[in-house]
Amino acid sequence: MSTWLRNNGAVVLASAAAVLLVTGLGLALLWAPEDADQGPSQRIFYIHVPVALTAYVFFGWAAWKAFRLLWKRDDRADLESYTAVHMGVIFGVLTLVTGSIWAKISWGVWWTWSERQLVLFLILFLFYSAYFMLRYSTEPGPRRARTSAVYALFGAVLLPVSFLAIRLAEQLLHPAPLFNRDGPQMSASMFLTFCVCLAAMLTLAATLYRIELTGKRVDARLRELREHLT
Amino acid sequence: MIRARGLGRRFGDKRALTGVDVDLHRGEFLLVTGPNGSGKTTFMRLLAGLLVPTAGELEVETDRARVGFLSHDPLVYRELTPLENLDLYGRLYRISERRERIGMLLERFGLWDARAEPTADLSRGMLQRLALCRTLLHQPELLLLDEPFTALDTAGAELLLDELGRPEPRDRTVVVSSHQPERLADRPTARLALVPA
Amino acid sequence: MSGYFADVTALARKDLLVELRSRDTVPAMLLFVVGALVVFHFALPEDSSRLAAAGMLWIALLFTALLALVRSFVAEREGTVIDGLLLAPCDRSAIWLAKSLSVFAFLAFAEAVALPAFALFYEPVTWELIAGVALANVGIAAVGTLLGAMAAAARARELLLPLLFLPLAIPLIVGGVGATLAEDPARYLGFLALYDLIFAILSWASFEYVVTE
Repeated sequence: MSTWLRNNGAVVLASAAAVLLVTGLGLALLWAPEDADQGPSQRIFYIHVPVALTAYVFFGWAAWKAFRLLWKRDDRADLESYTAVHMGVIFGVLTLVTGSIWAKISWGVWWTWSERQLVLFLILFLFYSAYFMLRYSTEPGPRRARTSAVYALFGAVLLPVSFLAIRLAEQLLHPAPLFNRDGPQMSASMFLTFCVCLAAMLTLAATLYRIELTGKRVDARLRELREHLT
Repeated sequence: MIRARGLGRRFGDKRALTGVDVDLHRGEFLLVTGPNGSGKTTFMRLLAGLLVPTAGELEVETDRARVGFLSHDPLVYRELTPLENLDLYGRLYRISERRERIGMLLERFGLWDARAEPTADLSRGMLQRLALCRTLLHQPELLLLDEPFTALDTAGAELLLDELGRPEPRDRTVVVSSHQPERLADRPTARLALVPA
Repeated sequence: MSGYFADVTALARKDLLVELRSRDTVPAMLLFVVGALVVFHFALPEDSSRLAAAGMLWIALLFTALLALVRSFVAEREGTVIDGLLLAPCDRSAIWLAKSLSVFAFLAFAEAVALPAFALFYEPVTWELIAGVALANVGIAAVGTLLGAMAAAARARELLLPLLFLPLAIPLIVGGVGATLAEDPARYLGFLALYDLIFAILSWASFEYVVTE
């Protein structure tokens, strides 16, 4: 059984992702009750928050792999960390986009500084974009792997520190947030929908991660082989 | 002292060094030859510990405090005087009787009169002699010289050959990469010829 | 242990001495920061609040710091001569500590001019502001030195360093402006101290991975 699972793991994962996504989408759009305060626009929450959480998971995973590269000299961890950052940025951009759409629907503006999560993702987006610049302008090799790893670790630490900074900044510079939104008071059915959507996002993320990582590994192997031939 | 098996180093897509095997014992003198681009400098930097191999294995049985490396760059600070430069390295290498040793080396390599001038004002030959002082300051048991004769003037070359001929320190292992192996006559006990990868 | 601090002292002395002789970085920083403060006058409308002036000061300090950081590792010369230090038996983190100390010193020199200029042009300088500046300096020096070593291995290093540095500097700006203006500056000063502690330790520990080939 476990051999079969290992060989077909990718397919299983992708299928699970597809099933969960369809279920989650269905639940979110059709089954979950409408929010009393915010109306139909609240449904974006079922995408926005899972996407954000998935991005956090990716950045944390990237930092973990980075740590393994530095501590255990695990060379494979370089590609894993890089892929995780890549995926994290994609989901991060999705968070910004869905958050922006939600803001437009709810309050009529495409951006607001009082939405802490959005501001945090903006900072993280800047930070991890610089990660790619760092990687692209350094020659491939052990030094680039180690430097990227240290930077990814810094990112994980920056996350909570930035969040704290944003809160402090709010109190100082934006004393009365114009747009206030508490997390929706979730009923049981809402919570169920949320969980399904979260599971869907995570499995989708895992699938994409595997595909991307395999692709990068194949690229690296191809390059190696081409070298051996010349 | 030095053991290498299939040693290789790659920079991005470019292979600077491949499949090098070395077995060097303490007290031996290795001469490394090869045309430009054959990876001599890369090899020397690997031995010095400034690079890590990307292929194969390398074992150097000594620690950083006992390796002396003369590279293309004199590795001195242009704004400081020769005295200040050697004092810095003397402190970092924890040399006892630092002042005496520095004075002795500066004198021996003919830099005593220039000891308080900014290094930027020295000629290339004098700079390389200063680099040699830096390399020998801590009496290394592994001496690595990367193309030492290229930047040395006549006087400097004489002094270097003199130094290489000295019996002290005992069991000093020497690795020299050079375009002009004739100058070393029959000092080398081992040779390594590198070819461009 | 005493050997470690002896190394740090020797290396920091070297950095300060090199700057003293070459007089590259600090004069440029002084001129830049005063120039920036002047430019800001023309960028701010007449009735600008204290907030705007304080914010501008911190931006000026940030970019002045970048000048120092770009210089400390990124200069071509520095890129090769550090090999001499890497060959030496000293701990790599000692190199980081020494460089951070010298960057801190350069920043302090620049601020010794910038703050009086700010007081002259805009607003009186409070103790909280000075404390905020001192704490922010630590963070800038610590993180900036590490990032400088990262950027030194890359192409277009002078462009890369500001990109790497700015997101990490955001918390420092928040802390600094907060310390200058808020009613309870202690909270912001505490935050700056927290940032300094976390990132200094992280930078100290990870420096050797970033500076060796």
